[in-house]
Amino acid sequence: MKKLLKNDHLKIYSYMVKIRRFEERSAQLYGMGEIGGFCHLYIGQEAVVVGVLMTIKKNDSVVTTYRDHGHMIARGLELKRIMSELTGRVDGYSAGKGGSMHMFSKKNNFYGGHGIVGAQVPIGTGIAFTHKYNGDNNICRTYIGDGAMNNGQVFEAFNLAALWKLPVLYIIENNKYGMGTAVDRAAAGSDLYKRGEAFGIKGEIINGMNVYSVIKAAHKAGEFVRSGKGPYILEVQTYRYRGHSMSDPAKYRTKAELEEYKNSDPIEIVKEEIMKNKIASKVELENLNKEIIEEVKSAVDFALKSKFPSSEELYTDVYL
Amino acid sequence: MSIEILMPALSPTMTEGNLSKWLVSEGQEVKAGDVIAEIETDKATMEVEAVDEGFVEKLLYKEGDNNIPVNKPIALISDKQSSKSLEDDNQKEHSENIKSQEIKEDKTYETKFQEKSIDKEEITMRQAIRDTIAEEMRKDKKVFILGEEVAEYQGAYKVTQGLLEEFGNKRVIDTPISEQGFTGLGVGAAFKGLKPIVEFMTFNFSMQAIDQIINSAAKTLYMSGGQINCPIVFRGPNGAASQVAAQHSQDFSSWYSHVPGLKVAAPSTPLNAKGLLRSAIRDPNPVIFLENEILYSFKGKVSSNDDFEIPFGKANIAKEGKDTTIVTYSIMLHKSLEAAKFLKNEFDLDIEVIDLQSLRPIDSETIINSLKKTNRIITVEESWPFASIGSEIVNIVQKNAFDYLDAPIIKVNSADVPMPYSSELEKLYLPQIEDIVKAVKEVNYI
Repeated sequence: MKKLLKNDHLKIYSYMVKIRRFEERSAQLYGMGEIGGFCHLYIGQEAVVVGVLMTIKKNDSVVTTYRDHGHMIARGLELKRIMSELTGRVDGYSAGKGGSMHMFSKKNNFYGGHGIVGAQVPIGTGIAFTHKYNGDNNICRTYIGDGAMNNGQVFEAFNLAALWKLPVLYIIENNKYGMGTAVDRAAAGSDLYKRGEAFGIKGEIINGMNVYSVIKAAHKAGEFVRSGKGPYILEVQTYRYRGHSMSDPAKYRTKAELEEYKNSDPIEIVKEEIMKNKIASKVELENLNKEIIEEVKSAVDFALKSKFPSSEELYTDVYL
Repeated sequence: MSIEILMPALSPTMTEGNLSKWLVSEGQEVKAGDVIAEIETDKATMEVEAVDEGFVEKLLYKEGDNNIPVNKPIALISDKQSSKSLEDDNQKEHSENIKSQEIKEDKTYETKFQEKSIDKEEITMRQAIRDTIAEEMRKDKKVFILGEEVAEYQGAYKVTQGLLEEFGNKRVIDTPISEQGFTGLGVGAAFKGLKPIVEFMTFNFSMQAIDQIINSAAKTLYMSGGQINCPIVFRGPNGAASQVAAQHSQDFSSWYSHVPGLKVAAPSTPLNAKGLLRSAIRDPNPVIFLENEILYSFKGKVSSNDDFEIPFGKANIAKEGKDTTIVTYSIMLHKSLEAAKFLKNEFDLDIEVIDLQSLRPIDSETIINSLKKTNRIITVEESWPFASIGSEIVNIVQKNAFDYLDAPIIKVNSADVPMPYSSELEKLYLPQIEDIVKAVKEVNYI
């Protein structure tokens, strides 16, 4: 893996802050009734997707769960179009028909945004199948929540991926709770990353609060998968600061637990690294922060000014 | 004393078999358990063992003899060794029987089609489906097929016979028994631009994967604002076969037709199987293709044109008539045509029989126009009665042609119970010709 450059550090920092600020605004807009339905925030987990992002190639594919806002931002998609989708506007990535949980960008090889726990895993495996079928040397990164790791189709997909040596990198985002149920109350046996062992799929566990650990592991795992050796599993230990969704008060965990994780905040870790290595000054970072706040604000302004879909749109896009 | 060895029934739907190979010769001694012959069934080639011991007195059929009915004697075993085998009178008699039976079966149904390039030769529905898959795979490298036993086994119902040899294991793929996994994988491949044909060994097993079909395949085009389509075909036998009971005999026509984003087709003949399947494979949307196991061996003429398509949403008027309309699809077309014949002969009723061919989109226009002509209509289908395709047709008719109705609409369906095993109960469960006749008489106040 090549050494991270100054710009890489700033890119990492900027993406992570962008996700954080975007999600804070999402929470605010949800409270104001501008965002409806289910809304699952990514706050606390930013190092996972941004770390993986640093290792991705342009034509690689991504499939993820319904906690997808951060994933889209990290894939370089436009904030204003993500926010337009969250607010149900016609300028959203799904023209206001998908919402928070169902966002896609085919152009950017981002295949959702899936609302059914576990369903994205066979789908991501099928996209990897296509990469192999076409012989294009790209891989599919398939994200899995810890809750989905008890869902049968995940193991069916593991079996197929291993059997046919498909170029799929499974990334388990273990944020400790499947909705309100702690992992150890849901998953029997040991670590989730070992659940591919029966199929001969190698796995490892990494600290997902530290973006640099994620980059290192994701790079190695990505190369393994790209070399044609079949699937690989990364279990990334992370934590969501907010509830499962906007309507979850998160009473199943203690304040102390939350504070403990906040003390090792993933953005702070990057900030310290930048300061320590004198990559940017405090003022420069503050300016960067201000720019991001402005960018998020203008995305919100854009979204709220965007039109709602017209009534004719109800009947379009059912069939091609 | 001679013991007859009969053509065994080796699958639930087998009615006749082909004698592929004799492994014994006349005069040879056999013990119980010895393999004496290889029989080709509608599904596979199977070995037949001797049950008793003795000497092979006579082989009643030659290797390569086809269409030998189940329960016909194929060989005689004697407890004594005979010096000379008898002349072949017996065999001649058997061959005659087979011929007359073949002819009778061939003439059973006549289905009218407009297609000009119809071949002279008749092929089975199984071959028609196979040929269409092969033709489309030759034309489009993105088309591939996956499912349980589709490759090396040559298809659980022999539908995919020969495909592995022609296209190789990259495009003809055996899967584990893992419906949710391989269905979801197919959906993902379709999102990414391939054109998978997913075979369910039977549609009963599609319930294991129904979330992927509905939540992923059918809805993603809409949820993505038109960005990601899913060009995939889910196909396999649907509905009752023969005595496979409740969990293996279910009709899914209305289940899948309920879902916006899916198209649903149900062929009834080799000709429309070819035309509809080609449309399905070429369609950019997910298509449910409901075959019928009993019809796999049904023969008919097809089009040799390898671009022959039957568009979705177009019903076929299988028989024109003026007195009563029967709307039906899949295997029930044949029972409906039989009933129509009977009604003509016995009651001089001229029945119009509409074969829907595609269930979603449905050809409302043809149904309404027919009803306007006949003023009487019944629906015939294998599905359960509650919320069935027939129920939808009742709605279409009452909404669009209420004033043309001279009698209430009657739906003929299977019984509203799980499918029983016993053959007597199974017969009662399924719509029979008598049930169709009764319904037509009722709407004619006879």
